[in-house]
Order: sequence, then C-alpha cells, then structure tokens
Amino acid sequence: MIPVLLIFIPLLAGVLTFFFRSEKAVRSWSLGISFVTMAVAVIGVTIFDEGSPLLTVNTPWLQTLGSSFFVRLDGLGKILTLLTAISFPVIFTSTWSTPYKRSNNFYALMLLGQAGLMGVFVAADALLFYFFWELALIPMYFIASIWGGEKRIRVTFKFFIYTFIGSVLMLIGILYLQSKTANHSFSIQAFNNLQLSLKEQSWLFWLFFIAFAIKMPIFPLHTWQPDTYEQSPTAATMVLSGVMVKMGLLGIIRWVMPVMPAAFHSWGDVAMSLSVIGIVYASLIAMRQDDLKRLIAFSSIAHIGLMNMALFSENISGVQGAILQMFNHGINIIGLWAIVEIIERKTGTRKMSELGGLAQKAPAMAVFFVVIALANIALPLTNSFPGEFLMFNSLLTAHTTRLYALLFTVFAGLGIILGAVYTLNMIRKTFYGETNTVTAGVTDLSLNEKIALSAVVILVIVIGVYPQLLLDITNNFSEMIANKDMFRKA
Amino acid sequence: MEKVGSGYADYFALIFFILCGVVLVSSFKSLLILFLGIEIISIPLYILTGSDKKNLRSNEASLKYFLLGSFSTGILLMGIALMYGSLGTFSTTGVNFLPEGTKPSVLLVAGMLMLFFAMSFKVSAVPFHFWTPDVYDGAPTVFTSFMATIVKAAVFIAFIRLFDESFGAMQSQWQLMVAVIITATLLVGNITAVFQQSVKRMLAYSSISQAGFMLFAVFAMNTDAKEGLILYAAAYSLATIGIFAVLNKLSDYSFDGFNGLAKEQPLLAGTAVVFLLSLAGIPLTAGFLSKFYMLKAALATGKFMWLVIFAVLMAAVSVFYYFRVIQAMYFKEPQKPIQVSASASFKTGLVIVALLIIILGINPGLLIRWLYF
Repeated sequence: MIPVLLIFIPLLAGVLTFFFRSEKAVRSWSLGISFVTMAVAVIGVTIFDEGSPLLTVNTPWLQTLGSSFFVRLDGLGKILTLLTAISFPVIFTSTWSTPYKRSNNFYALMLLGQAGLMGVFVAADALLFYFFWELALIPMYFIASIWGGEKRIRVTFKFFIYTFIGSVLMLIGILYLQSKTANHSFSIQAFNNLQLSLKEQSWLFWLFFIAFAIKMPIFPLHTWQPDTYEQSPTAATMVLSGVMVKMGLLGIIRWVMPVMPAAFHSWGDVAMSLSVIGIVYASLIAMRQDDLKRLIAFSSIAHIGLMNMALFSENISGVQGAILQMFNHGINIIGLWAIVEIIERKTGTRKMSELGGLAQKAPAMAVFFVVIALANIALPLTNSFPGEFLMFNSLLTAHTTRLYALLFTVFAGLGIILGAVYTLNMIRKTFYGETNTVTAGVTDLSLNEKIALSAVVILVIVIGVYPQLLLDITNNFSEMIANKDMFRKA
Repeated sequence: MEKVGSGYADYFALIFFILCGVVLVSSFKSLLILFLGIEIISIPLYILTGSDKKNLRSNEASLKYFLLGSFSTGILLMGIALMYGSLGTFSTTGVNFLPEGTKPSVLLVAGMLMLFFAMSFKVSAVPFHFWTPDVYDGAPTVFTSFMATIVKAAVFIAFIRLFDESFGAMQSQWQLMVAVIITATLLVGNITAVFQQSVKRMLAYSSISQAGFMLFAVFAMNTDAKEGLILYAAAYSLATIGIFAVLNKLSDYSFDGFNGLAKEQPLLAGTAVVFLLSLAGIPLTAGFLSKFYMLKAALATGKFMWLVIFAVLMAAVSVFYYFRVIQAMYFKEPQKPIQVSASASFKTGLVIVALLIIILGINPGLLIRWLYF
C-alpha cells in the first residue's frame, strides 16, 4: 500500500496542479503535497519491517506481456524514497521566493517527476521500472527546457538524447532477460534466478551499464551533465543531482549485481578504472571552474564515481557505504544548490571572481554554507564521513588484485584531497575577503530559507553522529546482495 | 476538408470506395481479391491526391503517384500470374501445400518476389519509397492523414496475411530479405527525416521509418508480431491523424511555424505532445508498447540481434526530429503571432484521440482482446 501511495499522491496531485490559477495557491498546494508524501514515506520506512504486506503490492497488469504492477519497499528502496520524500519539501521551501512564469505548470511537472522517481525506486518489475525511468525523465526535460538558462534548448536536448539512447539499450537487455525466464516474467525474482553464460552476461552487462553510466554519470559519458546542471533552473538541478543520479546507482545495485554477477565481477576492473579516471578528471576540472554551479556539478561527478567504485569492489561495506552515501550526497548537494540559488538571486551572478565577503553581509548563510560544504568533503561528524569511510574500507579489500585495489584507493583518495582544495577555495572566494559592489547590498537569509537549510544541517549532523540510523535499514538488503555467493556465481 | 475545393460530395464517395477496398484487402483468401482490393484503394487515392486542382504540387504528386502506383500494380499482377502458373490456383493457402523438403520452383520464387516488391511499394518501404514524400507533401493534408493511416494499416494487414498464409513455409527464403529491407527503411527514413525543414515532409519520412518498424511483424511472424501489428497500426494511425489535424490548422508547415504554439493554443500543443511522444515511442503511450511488441517479437526469433539494436538506435534518432516540434511549440518564441482558430468540437476530438493513445499505452489488452487475426 505504502509504495502505491508514494507514487500516486504526487502523480494525481501533479495532474491537478496543471489546472490551478493562483500562484500562491500553487505553491502552498505543492508544498503541502510534498509534506504529505514525506509523512507517508517516513511512516513506511520507520514503522514497517521488510516483508510487511503493507510494503508490497503485486497486481496483474499487461498480463499478455508477462508484466505485473509489482512494487516493493526493500532496504534500498526505503533509503531512496526517504531521500526523495525529504528533498521535495526542502526544494520547495528553499525556492519559495523564486518566481516562475506559469508556475502551475512548473510545480505540476515537479510533482510528476517526483512520482516517476518514486516509481523507479520501488519498482520490482523490469517493465514497470522502465516505464517510471522515462516518466521521471520527461518532466525534468520540460522543466529544464522551459525555465532554464540561455542555452537551455540545445543543452537539455543533449541530455535527453543521451539518456534516451541509454534507456533503449537497457530495454533490449530487459527484453532479452525476459525471453530467458522460465515463465516469461519481468519480475525481479525471475531475473535473479536466471543462470546465464558469461558471454550472455557480458552483453547484458554493457547494455545495462551504459544506460546507468549515462545517468550517474561515469566518465566518458558525463559530458551532458555540467551543461545541464548549469542551464537548468536550480530547483530542477536539485532534483537532477540530488535524487535523479541515484537512479543509475540503484539500477546497478538492483538490476545488475544480482542478475549478472559473473559479468559484474569480470568487468569490474574496467568499470572501476573508468570511475577513478572520472574522479581525478572531474576534480581537476572543478578546481579551474569559476562558475559555482559548474564547480558543484563537477564535484558531483567525482562523488558519484566513488560510490560506483564502492559497488564494484564487491563486498558488504562497499554496498552499505554506497547506499548510505547516496542518501548523504543527495542531502548535501541539495543544500549547496539552495545556497547557490540564493546567492544568484541576491547578487545576479554565480561567478566566484565577482563575489567575495558575503560572510560579513550574510553571516547565517555563511554558517550554513560552511557546514554543508564541509559535509561535502566528508569531515568527521558530518554525514559523509561514515559513508566515505565504509567505501574506502571496501576499496582496500576490493575483489580484484592487490595492486589494483591499492592503486584505485590511492587515486580515489587523491580525488578527496582535491575535493577539499576546491571546496575550501570556493568558500574563501565567495564568503571571505573584501566585499565589492556586487555583494555590498546583500541581505541575510529569509525565514523559509533558514528553515530549509536547518533541516539539511540537522540531517547532516544527526547522520554524521549516528549513521546506524540508516545503516540498520539497509543492513538486511546489503547482506542479501553481497552474500549468497553472488559475485562468483558463474 | 472544405478548404480543398468544390466537389465536396465526391470526396466522401471516393473515401467510401477506399474503405470498401480496405475491407477487401484485409480479408482476402484469394490473390485476385487482393489485387481487386488494392486497385479499389489506389485509384480513388490518385484522384484524392490531385484534388487540389489549382495547386501545381498537388497535380504533380497525383501524376507521380499514378505512374509509379500503376507500375507497381503491374508487378503485383505479374507476380500473381506467376504464382498461378506454378500452382494452378489463386487460393492463398496454395503454397502451404508444398510438400516438406521440396524446393519451391523458380516460378514460385519469382512470383513471391514480385508480390513482395509490390507490397513493399504500397507500404513505402525503402527502396520503393520515392513516391511517399512528394505525395504526402503535395496531397491536401486531410487526405495525407487518411493515406498515411487507414490505407497503410490495411495494406500492412494484407502484407502479413499474404506472407503468413501463403509463404509461411518458405520463411527461410525471405526472412533475410525482409531484414535488409527493414534496415534500409529505418536508415533512410530516419536519417532523411532529420534534415527536413517542413514538418509535413518530416512526417512523410517518419512514416517511412514507422513502416520499417511495422515490417518487423512480417519479419518475425509470430503471435506477438500479429498482436503487435494491430496495436502498432492503431497507435500509429491515432497519433498521425492527431498530428496532421493540428498541422492542418497552421498556415506555416515549417518547424518555425510551430514556434510558441503552446502559448496561443495550450490544448492543441498539449495534445500534439502526446501524439509526438507516441510516435517517438515514449512509455505510457500506445506508441511505446507497439514498438515494444515489435522488438519482443523480433527477439523471440532468436536471429538477427544486430537488427534489433539497430532499430532501437534508429528510434533514438527519431526522437531527435519529433522533439524538434515539441521544442518549437514550447521553448521558442514566435516570430510573428500565429493565428489559429479551433472550434470546441475539434478540440474535444483531439483530446479524445490523445486519451485513447494513453489508455492504449496503459492497457493494450482492450484492443488486442477484441481484434485479432
């Protein structure tokens, strides 16, 4: 019941939102709906155990094709629906005063996007998963293209074509897997029980991996990402980077690891190498950026790359760390974007070279920004620390040759150091130093912005101090994924 | 239709003649009936294409269509004659009496090839497609949409019936040939569509590429394929009728003519998005499930994996040109204000068509359970 509510509350509310007329009503309504969704998600995650009948729904749908409407909240789904459910109220609150033309359409598309994301995270049927995968993409494409920056049409179209090519390749993979199952079913259990040869698995691995790698994005398929993040309106960027990139990681964990374990193992080194190149490359580029949005976009590539590496190291701490970090990265980056949005609205620029001395004018904003930025570089007591600790732990004991494991760890660690360099540099250039004509007239945060950012900071610190809160939710799931001798099943 | 000219009543008569032909070609049991049906469809179509008498392009299209069309009919007839020569019957089940293990005679193979070419011409598969863009572009838009949907769907059903009932036993002989035709059709249709400046011409080329997808049904020839063809024909016809209806309301058929339509006519633009998404094969629309059926049917044959991968890449190319229209409608500002008048009944019609597409996209069983062959 719960997963169905999580999908259909935002879906129906989103369709209704198209018909709203008053701007004020649209905002309050969307915020209200996002809070309702959050309440449902929190109840679903905290009260019910995995396997509770309220968390699973399986009704017939498209029976001739072998598909059914099968949704389920497992450990991974719980964390990601929670992230989605928390993100939207934060996004709506922090961008409360950003004006949009035809705001009813904007908020309607945002809610539809949320429905799609929820669907992706809970779907336990491959065809359903594909449906929601596209349903999440299209509203975001429209938002980015209608309300985005100057070059929006070309940039978002590139984004769309990239993801679409990835998803049709995945569709072939799904169809092939379905034709191999005994009862021609799309359900996840049927896929998990398949015994495929290594050659078949390798083909399928690449069909799926390309789709997910585009979404995450993994080097060299990342070229859509910085432009799209830069050109999209910030609310859409928050959804894209905070929540949507997790679709790719979820895809790896749920649809690749258990279904084609042998190929996952044998291509692991390639995937890890690509990720580690991406980490170092993106970090180096981030150091040279002047635009705040682009800087955060590149830092996001590095962070996602690390999560992907942790998954491919094939052990339980890697899976646990990556899932924990998926949540943390979402929270942190939404906080960062929120502040960038506020800075841009107040000063009219995102260029670090034109900013400076904001801390004198807006001390509260500076405090929030510094806390979230430090969380982004995984300082102890912030939420990213336990996640990154687990992931590095997994890298050192990765399922590959000793030398590779060491090399991967060292280069990934280099990425972290570079991350600290550009993040601290960003803080210095924007918030400290002398004020100039651009920043002299800046006022401090308004109440709604303070509320949204406080929520982010509270999450940062609570999870930093007591990560067990989330780790307990995913424990069973990660064990199931990592054990069962899956990684060497031929 | 009033726009086209005088002789309003004649058009309806001609359309009813065509519908009679449609019934014949989709239910034939004898090759002669097939021939009759195709002729009954074609001759009124030649006239309808040229019905815009004052327009030079309409005249040219009509003449071109007539010359090429009668040539292909000639080939069809020749094929039927050869078949009769080798089998001594017009019945479509004749070839299936071919004893196991015997090779079909040269006459029979030649006849089959000619039938195949003639049918390929009618569904505008590459390399028999040269008439399509000119005819679609030249004909009045109402008749283009009729030609691109109902007529095409009917001919496809005839195509698959012919090759299933008559040549089913010879599948190994023609499967590769169909695969090659599909590849060429998808390639030429999609790539040429990308470079078009006029939406109407783009739709003509896109209809060629859609035909490529429908040919998968002939290629695979299993239950999924037949169910899929019904769905595909329905999905494609609904979306094409819808998009041509919107196009018909505009004065400027180029991509720029669509600029800013979303502001002037949000409903027209909104439904046009549904039609385009369906043509592009995005989930939740009937277009997705029909493409899905086709791919599934083709994968089930277990051969030609490359063909399937090629087809989906071409589907990604098609997104490129369909989305250009969406971009123009929603993200661009009009250079000059567009004046579009649409009556309430017209809008209701569009909404119904769009809803049908979405309903079929969620529950195709509604259609497939009723219609089968």
